[in-house]
Amino acid sequence: MDPRRNPRSVIDPKVRHVGFLPPDRSLSTPSPDSHPSDDDDAALSPVIIPPPRHHSDNLSSPSSASHPVPPLAHHSPRYSEFSPRSPAASSPLSVVGSRLAADGEKETGGAGGSVRVLASSVPLSALTTASVVGVSRGITETVKGCVVEVQNEQPAILKPVKAKTTKAERRALQEAQRAAKAAAKVDATVDSNQSKSAKLSQQKNDPSSVISLDKKGHSSDRPPEKERKKDAPHPRMQYDDTSRVEKAKRKAVVKQTEVRNRVELFRHLPQYERGSQLPDLETKFFHLDPLHPAVYKVGLQYLSGDICGGNARCIAMLKAFQEFIGEKIMMADKVIVNHAVTKIRDGDVLLTYGSSSVVEMLILHAHELRKKFRVVMVDSRPKLEGQHLLRRLVREGISCTYTNINAISYIMHEVTRVFLGASAVLSNGTVYSRVGTACVAMVAHAFRVPVLVCCEAYKFHERVQLDSICCNELGDPDMISTIPDRKEIDGLNNWSNVDNLQFLNLIYDATPCDYVSMIITDYGMVPPTSVPVIVREYRGEHMWG
Amino acid sequence: MPDVQSLVNEFILKLKKRKIEGSQANARQTAVLLRSVISQQRIPYTSQAAALIDAVRAVGQQLTAANPIELAVGNIVRRVLHIIREEDLSLTTGAIEGLNVSSVSDDDSDTDKDDNPGLSAAALAAAARSTLRPPSLQTLLEDLPDSSAIPHTSSSGDNSDGKSKSADKSTKSRKLKHDVIEAVNELIQDIDTCHDQIAEQAVEHIHHNEVILTLGSSKTVLEFLCAAKEKKRSFRVFVAEGAPRYQGHLLAKELVARGLQTTLITDSAVFAMISRVNMVIVGAHAVMANGGVIAPVGLNMVALAAQRHAVPFVVLAGCHKLCPLYPHNPEVLLNELRSPSELLDFGEFSDCMDFGYGTGTPLLHVVNPTFDYVPPKLVSLFITDIGGHNPSYMYRLIADYYSADDLVLQKKAASVN
Repeated sequence: MDPRRNPRSVIDPKVRHVGFLPPDRSLSTPSPDSHPSDDDDAALSPVIIPPPRHHSDNLSSPSSASHPVPPLAHHSPRYSEFSPRSPAASSPLSVVGSRLAADGEKETGGAGGSVRVLASSVPLSALTTASVVGVSRGITETVKGCVVEVQNEQPAILKPVKAKTTKAERRALQEAQRAAKAAAKVDATVDSNQSKSAKLSQQKNDPSSVISLDKKGHSSDRPPEKERKKDAPHPRMQYDDTSRVEKAKRKAVVKQTEVRNRVELFRHLPQYERGSQLPDLETKFFHLDPLHPAVYKVGLQYLSGDICGGNARCIAMLKAFQEFIGEKIMMADKVIVNHAVTKIRDGDVLLTYGSSSVVEMLILHAHELRKKFRVVMVDSRPKLEGQHLLRRLVREGISCTYTNINAISYIMHEVTRVFLGASAVLSNGTVYSRVGTACVAMVAHAFRVPVLVCCEAYKFHERVQLDSICCNELGDPDMISTIPDRKEIDGLNNWSNVDNLQFLNLIYDATPCDYVSMIITDYGMVPPTSVPVIVREYRGEHMWG
Repeated sequence: MPDVQSLVNEFILKLKKRKIEGSQANARQTAVLLRSVISQQRIPYTSQAAALIDAVRAVGQQLTAANPIELAVGNIVRRVLHIIREEDLSLTTGAIEGLNVSSVSDDDSDTDKDDNPGLSAAALAAAARSTLRPPSLQTLLEDLPDSSAIPHTSSSGDNSDGKSKSADKSTKSRKLKHDVIEAVNELIQDIDTCHDQIAEQAVEHIHHNEVILTLGSSKTVLEFLCAAKEKKRSFRVFVAEGAPRYQGHLLAKELVARGLQTTLITDSAVFAMISRVNMVIVGAHAVMANGGVIAPVGLNMVALAAQRHAVPFVVLAGCHKLCPLYPHNPEVLLNELRSPSELLDFGEFSDCMDFGYGTGTPLLHVVNPTFDYVPPKLVSLFITDIGGHNPSYMYRLIADYYSADDLVLQKKAASVN
């Protein structure tokens, strides 16, 4: 530990001094309700640890859920703030905070993901090296070695609960910003991290952390700082807000009993009896209600204290996710391929559209099984994804025919099966997939060719949609106006500025369920009308949002 | 006639190399060529029509063999043959019925056009036709001696005096050729002005705040939409680009230049967008006798999508596109496959073109058809230069333009080139 640091200086959860402190600074331990502004006014210029270079890039993009992990992708990045803490452990709330945020962001800077500062379970002084890397979405982390309601995120995903700063904290925030502005230039000034008190440890990436870490000296950061000021961080849920507590309790997976005599000073924090529910929870392991078992397991480990330490907990959580990926995607794909390959007979002519990973696996697997078939690849602008798949298939020695989507009426009379992939399957049986899939399915239906959609079950969704207009994604219009491969067609290269002319680059479209003969999932081969059944019965089990 | 023969050869070469784009251009050049053929043909004193017919037929066979897909060429050949037959018939019947016709036409003198000798032949042809038509209510009524003896159903317009052109054997030979060439000139004129005639009907079909969808590019569609715009109808157009020729880009350019709100979409987005479209308007390459359409590739997909969403699918076609043949397996027989380089770069896949594993068959086929067949049940309306018709009516128009004897251009005894 750095000798210049004052080990016992930070007791007040709202006032956290991180990094180098001026030597004559001595802090009392005020109660959490006291205004930290006093300290700030009296404070010397706080020291800020220079953030890493890529740091501002991460922080400037507040959107977090940009990650490719599919099951989590469509969950809101918020999670419940309802993190109970034992009163006993709350006092050494020394850790946490910007220091952690800084470190955390440094470490994950490269990952580009959102960073949430998580409270470490290390009690004690501010400057242990147990800097917690805040990570993604899903698991709420709390506190110092005590109860974790890991499960909170699942039910709570649907209703994100944001942190509420108390007035004190908000004021602290303002003071910090003022101080930040008033402070001298740059370099090694510790930022007094009022905004990142331990309570706010579970905030989502962004405004507050950015503010606290922002360099005063960097003028370029000033305007963004100003803008960020408008988004005050949402206060976390306070335990004395009974209505929200009730709601959260209903969704909680683990039932906790409240302690009989609670400390009034800490009314705003949940206080539970400890140690009694572990055997009970262990027996419930196989009930597997809304949780993936890997995640439940990690939660139990947190609860019992088997895993402690910020790094360890984080790693355990990520491993749980990895297991989820393995199970829900990789294994699901294997199951789907095994089902679907029974639908391919010798002499078949299979048609596929675009480039779907499952369909590619299916074709390669069928080829390994020495089935005699050939493939028709249908492709379309602007992505021309079919060419990549075509290359891979031809390389394997599969006989392929390649054509444009306009020619499907020409080629469909010799096709025996159509295999398509999907981005999502909605509850009314509509298949939401790459634009053009609906055309292929329609023409196949007109020629009485069966259409089989291969889709993992995690892609099922309870939403319904009638057409492709109500929900879609628009791509780059320049991809439409320019035709990259064909230089001789000078169409509309420079016509983007003309008033009357618009380019429309849809990414997805919705295929009505009556064009789809069968959906092949890891739960089996089902008709499109069974999708809401699966969503209801099985998706509740591994509900990620 | 070496002069004519060289012209014919030149045209055949152009057809073989597919140098002429579009059925209108093909039709026009065919008609012009046949006019030259006819004008330079020496005809014997007797059975002149037969000689002309044989000459035209011989040329026609060569032309259709050069480009069997371009149905407009065959159509024009058959039209010319039909004209010859009709002119011959009219001259014959005119000679016989000259007096009757002249007496009757006195009653209709108010509608006479004395200074228009060109129409007389056509009017007589119509008269002749009426005598030869199978009995129907109309013909029965027309046989009544009085007013409607000269039917007004001729597509060429009014009747006129017939008595001035009574049969005169000495001039008959020149007459026939003359009349035929006149009629062929009319045909050429019809071909040239078909766009305007069709565009006149635009205002009946396109109304305010409509959304029109089209695919590829057709001059007829362009004129149609612009005519509606001229009449101050405000509407929007979605143009599907029509890969792999991407002619939709050209159409979009033109439409924007004329002030229409245009959105360019990919062909794959047609199903997605068609739910918001009021009408699909497309051009055709050829219209078959059953009402089916040979259209640029991709239009069958559009027609199916339009049927699913109950959107009217309107086909614009000039009369030179109407083919008297019934399609059999049109996707294959009336289709042409273009170069695969339009879809795939040659260089990219040359290394993958491994010739099988000892089977000798290439692993990769690239299919690039030019045309699509749209069955008549998917078409809501045909708009031609003589008005709007149902697909089920198209076969009746054939009787107006073609003779049954001409449907097979090849000589029965000769082998097919």
